[in-house]
Amino acid sequence: MQLLNTLLLTLSITLMYSSPLIFTALGGVITQRSGVDNIGLEGMMAFGACGGSIICYFTGSPWIGLLAGATFGAILALLHAFVAITAKGNQIISGIAINFIGAGVATFLTRFLFSGAAQSNSTINLGIPKLFELLGIDKSKSQLLQSAEIDITVIIAFMFAILIWFVLYKTKTGLRVRACGEHPGAADTLGINVSRIRYICTILSGVMAGLGGAVTSLAISYRYTPTVITGQGFIALAAVIFGNWKPIGATMACLLFGFAQALTVVLAGTSWLPSQILAMLPYALTLFMLVIFVSRSRPPKALGQPYFKGQA
Amino acid sequence: MRRFFVKVLKKPFSGVLIALIIGFIVGAITLAVGGFNPATSYGLMFTGIFLNTRRVMQVLINAVPIIMTGLAVAFAGKTGLFNIGADGQFIIGQVAGAILGYYVPMPGILHPIFIMLCAFAIGGLYASFAAFLKTKFGIHEVISTIMLNWIAYYFMNFIINMKSVKVPGSQHSPEIRDTAKITFFSREFRTSEAGEALIAKHPWLDSIVRTDAGFAILIMIVVAILLWLILKYTRIGFELRAVGYNYYAAEFSAMPVKRNALLSMFVSGGVAALGGAMFVMTTPYYISMLGSTEGYGWDGIAVALIAGNNPIGCIFAGLLFSGLKFGGSEIQSRLGAPTEIINIMIGVLVLCIALVPALPRLAERLEGKE
Repeated sequence: MQLLNTLLLTLSITLMYSSPLIFTALGGVITQRSGVDNIGLEGMMAFGACGGSIICYFTGSPWIGLLAGATFGAILALLHAFVAITAKGNQIISGIAINFIGAGVATFLTRFLFSGAAQSNSTINLGIPKLFELLGIDKSKSQLLQSAEIDITVIIAFMFAILIWFVLYKTKTGLRVRACGEHPGAADTLGINVSRIRYICTILSGVMAGLGGAVTSLAISYRYTPTVITGQGFIALAAVIFGNWKPIGATMACLLFGFAQALTVVLAGTSWLPSQILAMLPYALTLFMLVIFVSRSRPPKALGQPYFKGQA
Repeated sequence: MRRFFVKVLKKPFSGVLIALIIGFIVGAITLAVGGFNPATSYGLMFTGIFLNTRRVMQVLINAVPIIMTGLAVAFAGKTGLFNIGADGQFIIGQVAGAILGYYVPMPGILHPIFIMLCAFAIGGLYASFAAFLKTKFGIHEVISTIMLNWIAYYFMNFIINMKSVKVPGSQHSPEIRDTAKITFFSREFRTSEAGEALIAKHPWLDSIVRTDAGFAILIMIVVAILLWLILKYTRIGFELRAVGYNYYAAEFSAMPVKRNALLSMFVSGGVAALGGAMFVMTTPYYISMLGSTEGYGWDGIAVALIAGNNPIGCIFAGLLFSGLKFGGSEIQSRLGAPTEIINIMIGVLVLCIALVPALPRLAERLEGKE
């Protein structure tokens, strides 16, 4: 019983930590498959976390908060899209700039709205609904059910993963997106508007990263602070690569990262393995997997390269 | 008028200048939107830095770590490698500095030299692992160095958390030995009678005695000049730059491009780690458990980008960044204006630099319309 309880707890913590990563990594998959690199996911998450938390606090609705997070992320992504697609600037440098701007504006805004404090007010009473609550299951009597309780956003994350997999691989739109990432010149000759597709995909990546950020601030930390987003954007980026630029693969990678983090929580205090070594594992594992599967790991061919109309 | 614009846009330096101006304008707008007078704020930032020599010295001291990471990124950048891992390499250097500074007993002058050489070597090896993965397996250095950043960060926390290292009841490692410290004057000396007497006799020494000014500043300048000389005047520097310009042409010219990539990352990581070690030996004298990295590597990337990967330029870009940060904390304490304004300004500046490749095209377009 105790063991089962621990297992369920590990599972639910894994899912809790994974869900923001899944949202963000899916955004990364979308934009990178269209050929636009985005290492600004971190900044977009921070901005989304701030937007989600603030708007949720002022409107009293976590749903509007999530939408706001998505919008905030999209605004930053629009900036990145302009630099990367219209101006054909350097996408990596732009991403780094986005990271500075996202975190900077987020904390600036928070200080502005909460009289100088670097953190927003708590939204703990405005939490995102839990799964069992929504299903009407009474969990007050069962320890196991309490341990297994998850936020509804976890389910939404998985739904997005399936949706994006479907769109990318089973629809014409998805084919067009992938064409833009592999061979924009060929896509162009077929009458596909490369710039438009890339714009949409880049903005969508901001939407997803913003959602990921908002999920973090609304469901995990219950407020925005400058340290709410510390590296999740980069972890999501790693998950995109680990998952071989595929939605389901990236989702699995995020679950692995989330699991490692859950282990550090569950095993905290036990001397079985130092928690820092445990926390280090996913990154070492990513490197290791890249080495082993390097023949299978193949980024989109035109990733990171601006497309000039008429170029072969 | 249009001809003038075309001419300006075609100059290589104007990109950075335009970026700077736009950065300050966006900063001003943000401040104004936040309800702070931009002119007053910028004025305070300026006077805050130049109020006295001690503050100017502090800006210089704060600049050293980000100039070092900036130099690391710039050197790799000149050779066509994007070292996003300066953050992790800096951390490795910090660990080396703290551990060797405490556990290895050594006589005065030798101790810091020994630590710095070790830090350089360890950081260099750590970074060249990323180059190895690139040349051997084709894994992009941006990806591998991001992973290595995290591994370094958790490694540092792991080291500090070891029973034999952590100072009981604290969250940091023990203070390094006096022999390993590289400030010009010890903290004890500053408040001692001898220190007071020295300042009374030579008032100009005030900013050196009463701050953490030390050999790190001199070493940083030497490193910058050395890297600049290597890139500009040596055969190996030429080869490294050639790879940066055109990988295939360099390979076709029978240059050992793979070996050079390893070498480039070794030097880059070494410089970043040297920065980390000097940081520990200059101010905190120990390393602390961190909830997230302090981001010296990321600031260094901004520094290198602003400097256009020129080592000498890194010194000025680092001073600019450091000065802005100092000014930012000044307006925060005096006006209550969020210090994050500096991150926004730097971000906009870097964003404009991402746009620099577009400038010649813009110039051509303007020309074509004529």
